[in-house]
Amino acid sequence: MDIPQEKLVVMLRSMIRIRCIEETLAKRYPEGEMRTPTHFSTGQEAVAVGVCSALRPDDVIYSGHRCHAHYLAKGGSLLRMVGELYGREIGCARGRGGSVHLNAPEVGMMASSAIMGQTIAVAVGSALSFAMDWLERISVSFFGDGCVEEGIFHESLNFAVVKKLPVLFVCENNFYSVHSPIHARQPQALPIYKRAQSYQLPAEQHDGNDVEAVYQAAKEAVDHIRRGNGPYFLECTTYRWREHVGPLFDTGQGYRSKQELDYWMERCPIKRASEVALKRAACTKTDLQRWQKEFEQEVSGIIELVRNSPFPTVENMLEGVY
Amino acid sequence: MRQLKYWQAISEGLVQSMAADPSIFIAGAGVDDPRGIFGTTLEAHKRYGGERVFDIPNCENAFTGIAIGAALMGKRPVVVHARNDFMLLAADQILNLAAKWKYMFGRRTSVPILIRAIVGRGWGQGATHSQSLHSVIGHFPGIYVAAPAFPADVKGLIVSALRGSTPVVLLENRACYDLEGDVPEEMIEVPFGKACVVREGTDITVVGGSLMAYEAFRAANLLAQCGISTEVIDPRSIRPLDCETILTSIRKTGHLVVADTSWSLYGFSAEIAALAAESGWNDLKAPVRRVTPPDCPAPVSKVLEDSFHPTPMLIAKACLSVLKAEGVLQKSMRDVQERFQGPY
Repeated sequence: MDIPQEKLVVMLRSMIRIRCIEETLAKRYPEGEMRTPTHFSTGQEAVAVGVCSALRPDDVIYSGHRCHAHYLAKGGSLLRMVGELYGREIGCARGRGGSVHLNAPEVGMMASSAIMGQTIAVAVGSALSFAMDWLERISVSFFGDGCVEEGIFHESLNFAVVKKLPVLFVCENNFYSVHSPIHARQPQALPIYKRAQSYQLPAEQHDGNDVEAVYQAAKEAVDHIRRGNGPYFLECTTYRWREHVGPLFDTGQGYRSKQELDYWMERCPIKRASEVALKRAACTKTDLQRWQKEFEQEVSGIIELVRNSPFPTVENMLEGVY
Repeated sequence: MRQLKYWQAISEGLVQSMAADPSIFIAGAGVDDPRGIFGTTLEAHKRYGGERVFDIPNCENAFTGIAIGAALMGKRPVVVHARNDFMLLAADQILNLAAKWKYMFGRRTSVPILIRAIVGRGWGQGATHSQSLHSVIGHFPGIYVAAPAFPADVKGLIVSALRGSTPVVLLENRACYDLEGDVPEEMIEVPFGKACVVREGTDITVVGGSLMAYEAFRAANLLAQCGISTEVIDPRSIRPLDCETILTSIRKTGHLVVADTSWSLYGFSAEIAALAAESGWNDLKAPVRRVTPPDCPAPVSKVLEDSFHPTPMLIAKACLSVLKAEGVLQKSMRDVQERFQGPY
């Protein structure tokens, strides 16, 4: 069943915006003004947008090191994100956190973290709080395939199932942990979602580059959870285009091939959603060009605003420890 | 004033705090079992039931994260480890996340969790059940670490922790559990970062946290037999540390001994010695001495275990040595854990 035209357009716009922001930042990164290790989300936009589009504003999300798309899809302020990358006081962590510690509690983007699997448990904890208070809110944990190997992943799934908590686990399987391919790290006979099923929670695998599929799966999962049925698990296959950390393309390094990247770029989530939207006459080619320009102007304007805003002061370095 | 045992004071601090604040819950392996963590969670469980006092799977690291996530949504979790050694499994969540949270996320949110962790000793509990992690945790900015020795202090620190906005690790020495002391019936806060002068004296200062405050107090009684007046300081919290009370005492006595339940290298005793060297040098009339366990894991066999933990006699002897005094220490004191046979 097709999703409503307006929803498709909103999601497409959101993906184009995220792509535009990430690509602009990647282009500016070599200028050396963003002095923070940055993990660009380019190529993985559909998972963040599809899932967040199925959430309520009072639901909360948690993310890992590749967190820009999640932050933006949940509605985090672009000014504060760019401010954080540029190390400014206006940054969402006041220049103390960097690219991997984005947070926007005012829109339910609670935290992201550089330590593998660290926020999976924290997401479960927020779900515990919702369950204790009989609220219909949901907590979402975004994490990568690498986290599935961590103990905390298993501890968290076990706890969420035992306590029947309102938490949605979203595994973005992009097939690499830094440069290590998944087949070197995990048993291939049993895909991630099937291993999750062994905890007795509903777990499915979806095409993470198909925003409609992700949205529909997330909507079903969210309805299931909100009805009090306990946690749900979505494995979304996708692919990061740029290097693990940094703004470059890295197919020359030898751990993955140009052919592999080309294959996934051909399956670009934005290209795909644009074609669907055009085919259904949800938008026109002119719309697409117009949006692109609109977002380019937005992000350039924000970057200039941030570059003219003050750095934190050294005198205040100790503020906020306690 | 009314007397309570250390474990009873913990229980009362928890129960009164829970009555005042419905967002407080207690969770940990065995908190709702018939023993109720040596009695400390029995009353809370009886009054507030399984909704607010509940057992958890064995998942120290995840559960610390779960407590953080609940705290973010407005809960006040109390996490209990029946032995602090298990807390090392949660080192990432405690040190890399809870301690850094407020700072790293730009002061926009905070995660006030209280982690209660019990330090074991006696009956051959050995290497992984007889060590105290206060120095390890205390190394990291962003988290309060307290190791109170006396019943009123443990209650007051629990009350403070459950009203504050900072994550707290509270180390409770099992050997303190049956010690009695005056405890106010009201919810009186003991602030973090404020030391307590347990006994006033003029000749020498002994600084000791947790069980060592009690042992230093007993050592002071031994020393009194030789006419030596000992001032005993219990820092109560390791972080923040009340440097001023310690330096004021050194200014008065000119002599310092530090006793600790944990090793000397890179530890709490090293920190106090460094404080004296950096800020109390001109007041010191003799070098600082430390009384700590020997530099090996805690052994099991009784003959070895008896010589592992610092005793009042060892502290008193160190004081005599610092003072270059000749006194004869009359009789040895009963080991604080002499009759201990569990439960662990």
